[in-house]
Amino acid sequence: MLTIKNLHAEVDGKKILKGINLEIRKGEMHAIMGPNGSGKSSLSSVLAGRENYTVTEGEVIFEGKNLLDLSPEDRAREGLFLAFQYPVEIPGVSNLHFLKTALNEIRTYHNLPPLESKEFLKLTKEKQQLVDFNANLMNRSLNEGFSGGEKKRNEVFQLAMLDPKLAILDETDSGLDIDALRIVAAGVNKLRNADKAFMVITHYQRLLEYIVPDFVHVLYNGQIVKTGTKELALELEEKGYDWLKEEVHQKESV
Amino acid sequence: MTSDKSFYEFISNGVPGPEQKVDADNAIMPARKLAFSRFKELGLPTIKTEEWRYTNVQRFLKDAFTLAQEEQATVTPEQLKAASIPQLDSYRVVLVNGRLQTDLSELPAGGKITVSKLSDAAGNAQLQAWFDKHPHLQSQPFAALNAALFADGLFIEAGVNATLDKPIQIIHVYTASANAFIQPRHLVVLHKSATLEIIESAVGLNDSAIAFVNAVTEVVLEENAELWHYNIQSTIKNSRHIYHTSATQKADSRYHHFNFTLPSAELTRNNLSVALTGSNTETNLHGLYLATGTQHVDNHTFVDHLVPNCNSNELYKGVLLDDANGVFTGKIHVHQDAQKTNAFQQNNNLLMSEKANINSQPQLEIYADDVKCSHGFTVGRFSEESLFYLRSRGIGEEAAKSLLVNAFAFDITDQVHIPALQDFLAEKIRQYVAGAINN
Ligand SMILES: Nc1ncnc2c1ncn2[C@@H]1O[C@H](COP(=O)(O)OP(=O)(O)OP(=O)(O)O)[C@@H](O)[C@H]1O
Ligand SMILES: [Mg+2]
Repeated sequence: MLTIKNLHAEVDGKKILKGINLEIRKGEMHAIMGPNGSGKSSLSSVLAGRENYTVTEGEVIFEGKNLLDLSPEDRAREGLFLAFQYPVEIPGVSNLHFLKTALNEIRTYHNLPPLESKEFLKLTKEKQQLVDFNANLMNRSLNEGFSGGEKKRNEVFQLAMLDPKLAILDETDSGLDIDALRIVAAGVNKLRNADKAFMVITHYQRLLEYIVPDFVHVLYNGQIVKTGTKELALELEEKGYDWLKEEVHQKESV
Repeated sequence: MTSDKSFYEFISNGVPGPEQKVDADNAIMPARKLAFSRFKELGLPTIKTEEWRYTNVQRFLKDAFTLAQEEQATVTPEQLKAASIPQLDSYRVVLVNGRLQTDLSELPAGGKITVSKLSDAAGNAQLQAWFDKHPHLQSQPFAALNAALFADGLFIEAGVNATLDKPIQIIHVYTASANAFIQPRHLVVLHKSATLEIIESAVGLNDSAIAFVNAVTEVVLEENAELWHYNIQSTIKNSRHIYHTSATQKADSRYHHFNFTLPSAELTRNNLSVALTGSNTETNLHGLYLATGTQHVDNHTFVDHLVPNCNSNELYKGVLLDDANGVFTGKIHVHQDAQKTNAFQQNNNLLMSEKANINSQPQLEIYADDVKCSHGFTVGRFSEESLFYLRSRGIGEEAAKSLLVNAFAFDITDQVHIPALQDFLAEKIRQYVAGAINN
């Protein structure tokens, strides 16, 4: 589904991604871990098409298309979704109106007619229950005055509504209380199927107990320095990142 | 035609003076003559004139203009539709270059509310009492010029306790086959406890020649009267607009003014002023202005608190794209007698490009001590973060930008109490932003 080859990217002249290679196939759940500032959000930003990042080398193929050639909206319409680490507040744009616009723009792209209001409301209700999203928040302005956890839940609610092929969750677990974490994880698990893939960025092994990954990657200094299975997450939880950093530096000096 | 003469010269000596008007022997002729000498004395403003510092009007007057102009025009149903608000049940008043077209209009009939040509109302006592009497107009050269040489306009009078079942929509059609200086003049008088809703919109018929519109509307609210006054300014490219709207509010009256500027025109200058002459009044001034390309939009407002216990509330918001230029000057004058005044003013701007520009200046002159007044001014840059967020959900750049602009305008459009008008404005804003992006 997604093939990242030797991806280099910089922002404001600063090199952030330094040769990322990653292959994500249908049905797979990938976890990405790594110390603060290692480039995890940068990777998701580059994939989603944030304009202040410049790709200097490499390529990204998503469902047979050259992802980097597409505008952010076309990436979303092709089935890529990013749940933001820091969702923005947009006063004056109602959550529901926003979702309806998004959904219909995606449908138009696929030559589908816009959803009837009734169908839209039905879908909204179903997904809202799936991720246990507070119905009162849906009529409010997009994320305005939402608590940290409410914002994260809104990201997952949008994910459920837009039903992408590949969802990137950037620290969606941070800021969620223990119950919310379980609910959100259960929601994600329900959305999982053989045709979809997930890339979950997290600092905590706890999330991975609920959402069991097929692969765990460690990103450090703009590169994936280690790939393993869910056991790797446990090891990191126990030992931290220092041993990995040392390994990397030793390799570099050899 | 002006040609090589300056516009001032042309007006002062090159055209028939007020005494040559067809209504030469009517009751307002003395007022016209007075206004003419006032205009000559005031002269045309330059950028050295304080109130015109940021608007170089001279450069818009360089072309050759004529005061003669079409009094009628063939207005097709499509053209009328373009300026009409869909789904709005209203009376309709159509003017061509300021002249009432009864055949195209649907006027309220048989009630206590009359809509007529100003020229037909010359003998009316109200017209004589109020015409060109507003204190704030006395120092305004363009208003004086209008009073001296206006062609025609509307006189709307609502009797004591009068009310209408639906709003009056006034559609101003402007058309010029040669560069024309068009001067409509209107007077709206609401007698005691009358209420009315007026929605003004404008449409241009062709842009082969320049239509320079210099319009004046005087509004009088007697005791306990209430007027909802919406003005939607969006006309053709080849036009220039200077508007004066001056209201007088007597005790317990309520004036809600909405100004939406979504111009195609190069120049829009609005002078909105309210004189509060009776206590316990309420004044709400809402403005939304958008500008794109090299357009210039200038809003001058003035709320004059002359007596105690009046409330005024003003919110103007602007969105400027491309190289557009915005000006906002909000004057509040609280006189020494005007104790217990509440006067609030806010002007917020959203700049959507590096080169767009806004000059905003509040002018508070407060001479009473027991008052609550505040003002605020913000300029925000367009949030790339928000735009990216929306686009990352599949919303195209154009739709995303118009969502954001509509969101910014929400405080204003939300105050519009007519749902059909609210929808119309949202769609207008969407089209405007889309047009600006695709340019
Ligand atoms: N606009 C920018 N200008 C300069 N440096 C930037 C910019 N944006 C990000 N960076 C830098 O890029 C590096 C990677 O940041 P990124 O947000 O991708 O890290 P992360 O792995 O997501 O960290 P965290 O775990 O804290 O979320 C950091 O050093 C950050 O300071
Ligand atoms: Mg991050």
